[in-house]
Amino acid sequence: MDDAPDRRMGKALHQVTSLADYTPRVLPGRRLRLLVLVVVLAGIILPVAAGLWETGIAAFGLLPAIGADRLSLEPWRKLVALPGFGTSLRLTLWTGFAATAVSVALALCVAAALQTRAQRLGRWLAPFLAAPHAAIAIGLAFAIAPSGWIARLLSPWATGWQTPPDIATVQDPWGIALILGLVIKEFPFLLLVTLAALRQIAVRPQIAAARAMGYGRGVAWLWVIAPQVWPLIRLPVWVVLSFSLSVVDMAMILGPSNPPTLAVAVTRWFADPDAEMILPASAAALLQGIVVVFGVAAMWGAERGLAYTGRIWLRRGGRGATSEPGLRVAVAGALALAVLGALSLAALVIWSLTWRWSFPNALPEAWSLRQWMHPAGGWGQALATTLIIGISTTTLSLALAIGWLQAEDRARLSRARWAEALIYLPLVLPQIAFLYGLNVAFLRAGLMPGLVAVIWAQVLFVFPYVMITLSDPWRALDRRMLAQAAALGAGPWRRLVAVKLPVLLGPVLAAAAVGFGVSVAQYLPTLFLGAGRVATLTTEAVTLASGSDRRIVGTYAVVQAAVPIAAYAAAMLVPAWIFRNRRGLAGVAS
Amino acid sequence: MRLIAALALGLATALPAHSETWDETLAKAKGQTVYWNAWGGDARTNAYIEWVGQQTEARYGVKVAQVKLTDTAEAVTRVIAEKAAGQNSGGSVDMIWINGANFLSMKEQGLLHGPFVADLPNAKYLDLSPGSAASVDFTVPVDGYEVPWRLAKFVFTYDSARVAEPPRSMQALLDWSIAHPGRFTHPAVSNFMGATFLKQALIELAPDVSVLQQPVTEATFDATTAPMWDWYDALRPTMWRGGETLPENQSVQQQMLNDGEVDMAMSFDPASAAAAIDAGLLPETARVFVPDGGSIGNISFVAIPYNAANRAGAMVVADFLISPEAQAHQQDITVLGSYAVLDPARLSAEQAAAFAALPTSPALPTNTELGATLLEPHGSWMTRLTDEWAKRYTK
Repeated sequence: MDDAPDRRMGKALHQVTSLADYTPRVLPGRRLRLLVLVVVLAGIILPVAAGLWETGIAAFGLLPAIGADRLSLEPWRKLVALPGFGTSLRLTLWTGFAATAVSVALALCVAAALQTRAQRLGRWLAPFLAAPHAAIAIGLAFAIAPSGWIARLLSPWATGWQTPPDIATVQDPWGIALILGLVIKEFPFLLLVTLAALRQIAVRPQIAAARAMGYGRGVAWLWVIAPQVWPLIRLPVWVVLSFSLSVVDMAMILGPSNPPTLAVAVTRWFADPDAEMILPASAAALLQGIVVVFGVAAMWGAERGLAYTGRIWLRRGGRGATSEPGLRVAVAGALALAVLGALSLAALVIWSLTWRWSFPNALPEAWSLRQWMHPAGGWGQALATTLIIGISTTTLSLALAIGWLQAEDRARLSRARWAEALIYLPLVLPQIAFLYGLNVAFLRAGLMPGLVAVIWAQVLFVFPYVMITLSDPWRALDRRMLAQAAALGAGPWRRLVAVKLPVLLGPVLAAAAVGFGVSVAQYLPTLFLGAGRVATLTTEAVTLASGSDRRIVGTYAVVQAAVPIAAYAAAMLVPAWIFRNRRGLAGVAS
Repeated sequence: MRLIAALALGLATALPAHSETWDETLAKAKGQTVYWNAWGGDARTNAYIEWVGQQTEARYGVKVAQVKLTDTAEAVTRVIAEKAAGQNSGGSVDMIWINGANFLSMKEQGLLHGPFVADLPNAKYLDLSPGSAASVDFTVPVDGYEVPWRLAKFVFTYDSARVAEPPRSMQALLDWSIAHPGRFTHPAVSNFMGATFLKQALIELAPDVSVLQQPVTEATFDATTAPMWDWYDALRPTMWRGGETLPENQSVQQQMLNDGEVDMAMSFDPASAAAAIDAGLLPETARVFVPDGGSIGNISFVAIPYNAANRAGAMVVADFLISPEAQAHQQDITVLGSYAVLDPARLSAEQAAAFAALPTSPALPTNTELGATLLEPHGSWMTRLTDEWAKRYTK
């Protein structure tokens, strides 16, 4: 009757015989995986979806609070009829695509031109990666405005200008200043991503082979390496595209104002005194999302088209020896951008130390430490809030990311594509498309606007960056160390705490620094979900940038840029110091 | 609607027992932090608000936290979002620096607490008789829903080292700008300062000014604004960057004046030039002037949203703002230089002396130089004017 023991025996025998391809039905670490999944779904995906939903129904005429309770297309009709709507949309598409295209082209060309020498570049890129967009934008405006530092350095001896010329170098109707600002910020990011991708490819022998066949340096790179790199950097490029199409803070400072880009216009419409404007604003926010989806689709199409035409070109067999000057131009352009970026950051510092600086003096005529001497109530308060939010979001995101990676490790699963998509979702969707709705959703759930709501909203954007930064080094960890630890009897938690985390200290701190930098730079989430009460360095700097006192703006922007740069520096120096007597680990840390 | 509100105001003043006594308000307010939503683009105003907070904390145990807005409408939107979520108490906005279109919008949607002005002890220093400056906000009756706190009057700022004789009428301004192309601009019309510049021009150029005090109609709008659009069409191409780009607000334009990018700026605060010189933000030679026919004046108010979490505290802060002491401190040009809203006739000799003893500056206009104060047009004109401007010039 009872044949259970038999069955167990048979099962055991079966297991022994097929041990090599044995996979238990229940993978280890299931509870951890479940926990991580629930946290990610409830904490990140659900709020984004709820925010999109609230924005979406308002876009079709449903917002009972202002008496709108009929499903209709009226908001869209109103939106299209708004003055400047068409120009705003065109501007958005132009600036977004141009900035992305230039950034990608520069990153690829510089990577090609520097070849393997480029790997040391990482450290020099750090200040540009760390400095928030708003700080770079404010500094760039200080540098390139008709009355800016560059004009002051050249006047009147070279230009003859006693008063600034009437030319549009900032907020120009073409959006060139905005594109420039975006490229200064996004090109280093893409370069870094490209360099990381190159480490996974055997570049040197492949290039050597191609060059031996007579292909020029640039063309060899384009035909052989670029097609291998592209799939690895495709997602980051989409993130850059989405960001460039929907940026608000930078576009407010550098972009044209009448009309502004769509994202800035949407932010303004949401803040219109006429409450009815929330409906067309919601429609525009949704449209912003559609623009990004369309942009990504267009890029996908372009990629296919390029691959096809590229093959035709390739078969013609040209060796492209003439590509060399093009690469030089790209490197020179990149250098010029770096100089401009450095000049921008320096201009911030000078203004923060100025009392009076009139045109066309190259330097202030009166200096002052006044802005720095009164941190209380001013930048000191904003700094404290920024640190609290930054440290909380980074800690939460890091814990979640480590939980996720550990869960993957324990189940020996590689990441599914849907999981990768989940991580990237908040980065690829434009913030404006769901933040207003998220605000309403949070309020409905009883979560008051304030510090907690801001921290939560920022985690949506900090977690993906932490995850992306940490994933590759985590997977590159030498598995033999873990096997040894397991053989010595260490359980999964002990392996994590005693082996993985110490060995991965460098990458963990680097991910923390990236996350912290992302948190410091957040403008819209802080503004919308803090009900304006949560004043961080970024919200204060952007608000003040619309005022008249460059000295105060400069001070905020300097602190705003210095905080994440300090975090990056700490992430580099701390592991180097801790591992000063551990050569093998110091290598992992870099 | 207006009738009902007026009745309600009458009721509230007739039956003070209906609302709580001031002592009860003070007791409730103790320990509260009032989130005052105020435009944050002006460092001196921010510093004044901080001073107010220190004073109310010391006197009544009420703290003030300024929520710095880039645009007042942000606070309005926030209250609407809270109402959308059904949050009818414990709201995040306790007090708003408000006037004009934002006030009209909130009042019409029932988003304001009140009427409460008559409950404030210091309201006795205000002239609240019907038709007085403090009882009307852009021709919309205040009805006790907001407290006046600072006086604003439109002035131009210029650098006397670069412009010897400023143009004192809109026609003269056009001639001057034709003679000095690219040296004049005005703030974006979506900003209240830019809109005020248009209104100032409209009052000067309109064939019949009296219709501006009535709500706008299609017929009156076209007839009244036609001369102004002709004038603006002539002025625009002579402006900085051909009028294609405009500075975001008056602070940005003041900075352009300081840099020498343009030769004029404008302000709603007659003391702003003196204050800016003092702060190193304008050259010593900066001065203000007012068109010969006078200029638009209005009053800034504070209002309390219907769902404010710290309503009692907000009332205490609003009351402090209209105390003679706070008003005199505010009028000091080394502090804010903003003219007081109190009725001088209602002040004691001692209180009046405090105002007389305030410091002065060569860039500070005298009352004669400030000229006549022109009434703000009805709020609907501003909306219509800015819409029409956007239709014509935002492409």
